[in-house]
Amino acid sequence: MNNLINITIDGKKYQAHEGKNLVEAAKENGIYIPTLCHFHEINPPLGTCRICTVSVNGKTTTSCTTKVYEGMEVEINTPELLNTRKAIIEMLYAEGNHFCPSCEKSGNCELQNLGYDMGITNSRFPHVYSNKVVDFTSDRMIMESNRCILCKRCVEEIKTKDGKDVFSFVSRGVKTRVHIDYEQEKKLTDAEAMHAMSICPVGAILVKGMIYEQPFGDRKYDISGTLKETEIHTDFIKRNDENKFIVATTSLAGCFGCHMSLLDIDLEILDILEIVEFNKSPLTDIKKFSKRCDIGLIEGGCANSENIEVLKEFRKKCDILVAFGECAIMGGIPAMRNFVPLKECLEEAYIHGLTSEIGTNIIPNHEDIPKLLNNVYPCNEIVKIDYYIPGCPPNANHIWKVVKNILLNEEYSITHEEFKYD
Amino acid sequence: MFLIMVTKENALQRSNLLNVLWDIQRKRRFISRDDMKKIAKEFSISMIELEGVISFYHFFHLQNAGKYTIYLNCSTISQHKDYQAVKKTFQDELGVLIGNVTKDNLFGFFKTSCIGLSDQETSALINNYPFTNLTPKKVKTIISKLKKGQSLESLSNYPKDNIKYRPEKDAKTIFFKTYTKGEGLKQLVSLKPEDVIDLISKSKLSGRGGAFFPTGMKWKLCRNNKSDQKYIICNADEGEPGTFKDRVLMNKYPGLLIEGMTIAGYAVGATEGTIYLRAEYLYLKDKIEAAIKDFEEAGLLGKNILGLKGFDFKVTVQLGAGAYICGEETALIASMEGKRGEPTTKEYFPVEKGFLGKPTVVNNVETLCTVPRILEMGLENYLKIGTKQTPGTKLLSVSGDCKKPGVYEIEWGMKLKDFLNLIEAEDPHVVLFNGFSGECLSEVDFDREISGENLLAEHIQFKFNDPIEYSRKMSGVGLRSGGSFMVFNKKRDLIGILKNITKFFVAESCGICVPCRTGNFLLNKKINKIMFGHAELKDLEEIREWSFIIKQSSRCGLGKTSTNCLLTAMLKFPEEFKKHLTAESNFNHSFNIENAVENYNTIIQEIESTYE
Repeated sequence: MNNLINITIDGKKYQAHEGKNLVEAAKENGIYIPTLCHFHEINPPLGTCRICTVSVNGKTTTSCTTKVYEGMEVEINTPELLNTRKAIIEMLYAEGNHFCPSCEKSGNCELQNLGYDMGITNSRFPHVYSNKVVDFTSDRMIMESNRCILCKRCVEEIKTKDGKDVFSFVSRGVKTRVHIDYEQEKKLTDAEAMHAMSICPVGAILVKGMIYEQPFGDRKYDISGTLKETEIHTDFIKRNDENKFIVATTSLAGCFGCHMSLLDIDLEILDILEIVEFNKSPLTDIKKFSKRCDIGLIEGGCANSENIEVLKEFRKKCDILVAFGECAIMGGIPAMRNFVPLKECLEEAYIHGLTSEIGTNIIPNHEDIPKLLNNVYPCNEIVKIDYYIPGCPPNANHIWKVVKNILLNEEYSITHEEFKYD
Repeated sequence: MFLIMVTKENALQRSNLLNVLWDIQRKRRFISRDDMKKIAKEFSISMIELEGVISFYHFFHLQNAGKYTIYLNCSTISQHKDYQAVKKTFQDELGVLIGNVTKDNLFGFFKTSCIGLSDQETSALINNYPFTNLTPKKVKTIISKLKKGQSLESLSNYPKDNIKYRPEKDAKTIFFKTYTKGEGLKQLVSLKPEDVIDLISKSKLSGRGGAFFPTGMKWKLCRNNKSDQKYIICNADEGEPGTFKDRVLMNKYPGLLIEGMTIAGYAVGATEGTIYLRAEYLYLKDKIEAAIKDFEEAGLLGKNILGLKGFDFKVTVQLGAGAYICGEETALIASMEGKRGEPTTKEYFPVEKGFLGKPTVVNNVETLCTVPRILEMGLENYLKIGTKQTPGTKLLSVSGDCKKPGVYEIEWGMKLKDFLNLIEAEDPHVVLFNGFSGECLSEVDFDREISGENLLAEHIQFKFNDPIEYSRKMSGVGLRSGGSFMVFNKKRDLIGILKNITKFFVAESCGICVPCRTGNFLLNKKINKIMFGHAELKDLEEIREWSFIIKQSSRCGLGKTSTNCLLTAMLKFPEEFKKHLTAESNFNHSFNIENAVENYNTIIQEIESTYE
């Protein structure tokens, strides 16, 4: 173990202790390999999250399960491997139901942090719409399966004093979930329960009453982070006759918060008006497209038939479509209804709800009223979306930078503060 | 009460858990919460861990699965036979849809992946009794007789061996020739364990389950690990769709297998052997156990075998419970230990720390059956058969569009086109070689030989993007298979076959890593998209990209190979995909507004009538 050996990482030579885990060996040399399931106490390594996938002597494998040896050649940051790691994170976002704006762990979430680090604005994979439960049964803990990434940390790490498992995988394949044993959970001390919550890399395990400790801005991943270089698209520039760009905006199933954020550009909005003319938009109150637009900004996802119609019209009338805000990108808060049968949602809203008048029993239903869809869909599952601006709401500077880039083809980078999912 | 069938001395050992669960499942037709509480207490594990185990295996049920639990094979070969009609008849006769249990709890009707009867499809298992060559008429008879109380045993039909070919001369044959009990084993009298390992290494015998790891090396590694106890495990979890040669071997030559295990035990210094038998082959269990008893009585198992002092070996049978992944050796070991059958990260190989943490050799049935034959016929004679890299013969399980489905013993080195003639393939268009985790072969490959010569590294083999380059580089490359050989004619819908494959991997992924768990699920959706004519060219590009990501980053062989068929099919049969494509557009064609609001319309009607 104490033997120093030579390894090559991305073409450069380093020394490391023989037999050391590659994640740790790289870290000691100042090289970061992202991981989710791995944490330093765990032995043997879990190898479940696959994010530390690298190439060792030409073969892909996970770093956490690899021990270093003399002459080992490691590739970490090739474009292909960077893409694979990004894809795994995106797949985790697609399979779970991750609503950063309403998540207790937001800001302290390792999955979210990797999303930030990799500059992920949306998932390339379509949403799985998996039906997962939030289990409140236990007195002390909440098991929020929607957020669980099945890293197995809790299953392996959290045991009772008599050696019994508190968490376990149940079922298999795409239906695999982590369930909690209520009886065993009672046996844990408060400190052990807190440990379970803290080793969960996402917000799946929560201890009641012990959440939202730090305010926004002070959370772990609010503070640390890097600039995001964003791809420059060059194929979209086009000016109309009057030399002004034409922009349309709309809010589908959203709260108009993204539009409010748009106005937060402050005085720069005057600059915008120099070069931009707004067409159909709630800002201008123009209801119908009167001409073809360069850019369409979409807030909100698709919850009903009207949203679909509007979105499709935007796609037809705009050269570039930008989804801005979590709802447009992944359904957001309205999509939380996807896990409750639509019938229950309607009954709760119009019949059993506290605010509905007793005995009225009417669900508004008319051919002029849009029909609710079976699910709330992200915009990119209906039409092609060209750009994504995450955030709830997105940072005004971020919106402005993206729009400016598209219109003027100006290079830009996004600061960590401007790149948020919540 | 449920521990009756478990011997007293090991009643509480975790490795007995699956047996206990089987006892209860078979007696009560499901494992109730009350039973679970008792089991959890007996084994001193938490309820949730127990539920984790039960829910992992698809033959265990948490709700009543019916006095008669019917599993109809839904894999491709079955689909191409009478699956649809047979399924419909079952549903009509029972009055329930597939996946359900009748109200009186008499029948449960489920589907299952390949059950190792591809040469006699459509087939089903009822309480693990085999029913082959099913037709709607047969189904009606079976159900009505069961309702009248006739026994399953009397109704089921024991599968035929269907051995269709072996090399003409005995000298060229390894398996399908006269077997004399103990003939291979007794050669040990003049061999030291090291000599046996040396012999097997020189024979170049390699893992016949499909991984082709050198057997001699595996034994040597295990022998070199000092331990008070070592284990030999026979992997009889023949789960790869389309393969059934181990079924035939175990049915016809159980003695050969026992001898192979005993020789392996002698070579590595193990005294205990277990045959991990897939539950789909439950009907073979009695036969194998009878053979074990027979060997014990003949002094060929037990203590001081062949009079060799200290040469002790015993063999037992452990039943699986329905999980393809348990064919992976570390998952198999986990399953034998009474856990969820999840593969490990190979921090240690089984030869270092295997079953119960002890050095363990896991070998396939065919591999182990070859061993006594090598000893019996002598290395020199063995090496005269087959090719340089792959001496000997290979068993192939043949099914699909050919006149003679069944098991073939062929000498390594036979050309694929000659083999297609041998099985009397009818207008062969696509060959699924080496099962669902294998590859698609087309006419370009028909001149290649079935052997282990001139192999290419796997990551090169599946990265070809250009068919011309593929045929140029691959024409001299040998083809190795664990044993599955499915052939399809031009009339078969390739996309439908691929859909069956991806569905299989969705069902059989253990769920531990996201690329395999969700990646295969998403690919299955993509294939649906193609089938419905909603896919564009970019969807094909995405399929390719995603397949590589799954291949690159999955945790075990299941995920790493799950997209091989899809990738090779796209390379070799691009026209089959392109004919389904629609023009590029900015709109996702698979989103259908009528379908998306259909729910709403019915719900509104329901609510209006409820609260009227």
